[in-house]
Amino acid sequence: MRPLDEKETTQVFEKLFNFTGNNLKNIVEAPSHEGPESDPGRYCFRLNKNRVYYVSESLVKRATNVKRDKLVALGTQIGKFTKGGAFHLTIQSLNLLAANAKHKVWLKPTAEMSFMYGNHVLKGGLGRITENINTNDGVVVFSMSDMPLGFGVAVKSTQDCRKMDPNGIVVIHRADIGEYLRMEDEL
Amino acid sequence: MKKKATNSRKKQKKEIELPTPKLHKDDDISASDIDEDDMVVEQHDDGVDSASDVSSDADQPFTDDFLHGSDDEDNVVDDDDQEKGSDSDSESDGSDIEKKSKAIDAKKALEEQEAKDEMLINIKEQDDDFRLLTPQQLKEEAQGPPDLPRLQRRIKEIVRVLSNFKTLRQEGASRKDYVNQLTMDLSSYYGYNDYLIEVLVEMFPAVELVELIEAFEKPRPMCLRTNTLKARRRDLAGILLNRGVNLDPLSKWSKVGLVVYDSQVPIGATPEYMAGFYMLQSASSFLPVMALAPQEKERVVDMAAAPGGKTTYVAALMKNSGVIFANEMKEKRLKSLTANLSRMGVTNTVVCNYDGRELPKVLGQNSADRVLLDAPCSGTGVISKDESVKTSKSLEDIQSCCHLQKELILAAIDMVDANSKSGGYIVYSTCSIMVAENEAVIDYALKKRDVKLVPCGLDFGRPGFTNYREQRFHPSLEKTRRFYPHVHNMDGFFVAKLKKMSNSRAAPAPTAEQPEGVDEVIEPTESVIKKNVEDKVVHHRKHESTTREKVQPNNGVAENGKDEKTFSGKKRKERKRFSRDEISKSREEKRAALRTAAKGKSFSKEKKVAKKAQTTE
Repeated sequence: MRPLDEKETTQVFEKLFNFTGNNLKNIVEAPSHEGPESDPGRYCFRLNKNRVYYVSESLVKRATNVKRDKLVALGTQIGKFTKGGAFHLTIQSLNLLAANAKHKVWLKPTAEMSFMYGNHVLKGGLGRITENINTNDGVVVFSMSDMPLGFGVAVKSTQDCRKMDPNGIVVIHRADIGEYLRMEDEL
Repeated sequence: MKKKATNSRKKQKKEIELPTPKLHKDDDISASDIDEDDMVVEQHDDGVDSASDVSSDADQPFTDDFLHGSDDEDNVVDDDDQEKGSDSDSESDGSDIEKKSKAIDAKKALEEQEAKDEMLINIKEQDDDFRLLTPQQLKEEAQGPPDLPRLQRRIKEIVRVLSNFKTLRQEGASRKDYVNQLTMDLSSYYGYNDYLIEVLVEMFPAVELVELIEAFEKPRPMCLRTNTLKARRRDLAGILLNRGVNLDPLSKWSKVGLVVYDSQVPIGATPEYMAGFYMLQSASSFLPVMALAPQEKERVVDMAAAPGGKTTYVAALMKNSGVIFANEMKEKRLKSLTANLSRMGVTNTVVCNYDGRELPKVLGQNSADRVLLDAPCSGTGVISKDESVKTSKSLEDIQSCCHLQKELILAAIDMVDANSKSGGYIVYSTCSIMVAENEAVIDYALKKRDVKLVPCGLDFGRPGFTNYREQRFHPSLEKTRRFYPHVHNMDGFFVAKLKKMSNSRAAPAPTAEQPEGVDEVIEPTESVIKKNVEDKVVHHRKHESTTREKVQPNNGVAENGKDEKTFSGKKRKERKRFSRDEISKSREEKRAALRTAAKGKSFSKEKKVAKKAQTTE
């Protein structure tokens, strides 16, 4: 377990910024509530076995006496670095993203299951959409009852969506909560 | 009267109708003078009926007709003929009456005979008076394939006899014979191995035993636990009802449990499941966490966490505050543990992959407020989930299990800080119903460390055994709780809650309330462990030396351990020289020294913080 170096930090922050915009400040500065101390401090990012964790400083302190190869996970995993050095957000980051999301879409109940099997979001399944989404913005996908289902990348801006035909792709699938079942071993 | 008369008349008619056609003529004749005939027949039949009805006619009015040959029938018909004859010239001489009475006697005798025969047939069919098999019969039976209905009937019979042994037993047969037969039948009918069925027979009275084994055959109801980090139970129940899931709140003892009766959708693949609104887990796995009762801002260790049902429950009760160390030794189970933790939105957990016995060295001694030890066990309580337990477990398996459990519980106790403001508790649970894995382990811990049992905070469940066969446990073991499938409709389970009294590693000095006898119990399960140790030292000191021997190889790394080792060396020398009182005195001093040293070093910081937290609260 180690802190991220500068290059890694930029990569992670760029990805997060894509989804949260200026809310990124909240993520970095929020006081943590984990940890036994009365003032557990803030959250920080830690890298362990190519995975990036968003975790309370207090937990980090306590996890230091666990050997590196014996430490499996701590706090919330938000993503991982691939062998090629790229950074991907993983589904575990959904709670964090959903709480701070800038761009959101809501799916009709009929389209929920399709998305959770890994399909893209089509115009026909779209229930609601926030304004001011631009192409290639990160979008968090919700059900109509405000339950976060996953996230993806917008193909069209909000304006263009209006004119689309129902079978056009609005959001490209990146991750969904169905992965907990479908690919538990690869998370 | 009239009704009865017609009744008996009908009976007669049937008797007559059934046999050969030749008899119909007679019937016709009798029909002509029907009224008079009825009167007479009634008189006769009343007498006969009272004798026969009770025995045979009442149950099966026709059987005697079928069972007896046609000649019997002829007899009966002859009688009737004679009766009719006598009826027609009614007030004739005495010889007629004599004849009549003879006929009646004959009929009576005949029917009695029939009744007897029938009784015999019944006995053959049902084997009403149960008798044990002779060795000869047993041998014969062993050769053929098992006759399952017969086995089942015999099990029932033996249980009936055993439940009222004094009156129902067979002359000359001892209770042991019956129990042996029952053991054999149960193991062949339900497919248990000899060892397991014998242990079960020893643990339960016959009636309960059969109930238990029957309960093991059926699956327990499916339960789910609401994740209070993400949803409320009422909302969740509403959503699932809309999806076509038939469910109910679990019981009054749980505020987060739901029991699922049936479902039109796969309950483990709904969007709500994937969003982490609930967790599928058996009702029994709620119990240890409820007993642990973790508080917010505490340091909790779960020593065997996968697949995370209990860990996520602990996190939900702590509202994601404090810190949980979730340990799991088996690497392949880590995936499901981490997936479940993140699915349920648990963020206060550090997942690590150690052998539970090493944890006190890694996380530090006296560093946790509460420890949950859901120990790896033989799984004899969850036979309904895993049938292979029936045949795969032997005495050696149980012994190796309970050896490991004893090491783990000492490790758990060593991790807990007795001076913790809010905690200082250890919860030990297994999904086994074996005494060796439960009460014996707790009893062992009570002797080895300064801990005491406290009530689990569960108002149901059976108290644990304080006496089991030749073993005598500490009387406070009645505070532990046992759960059975046939009583509580959940998996067989055991929960014990311990409170650590002091941070010393030694056992408490024997006090007045703990009689000498309790200390010197013969425990067959411990014999394995004892073998490894030199016999010179007194019972409870033995373990200290074993743990130290185990600790030594790794001592180069851990500084804490080093200190301890030098201490123990001194102690051992002193022990040989001084009397008991002196030893305890010196030990007391050392403990105090250790305590202050520990406080001064690593924990001073935390304690200050903890104090602060207390005052703010």
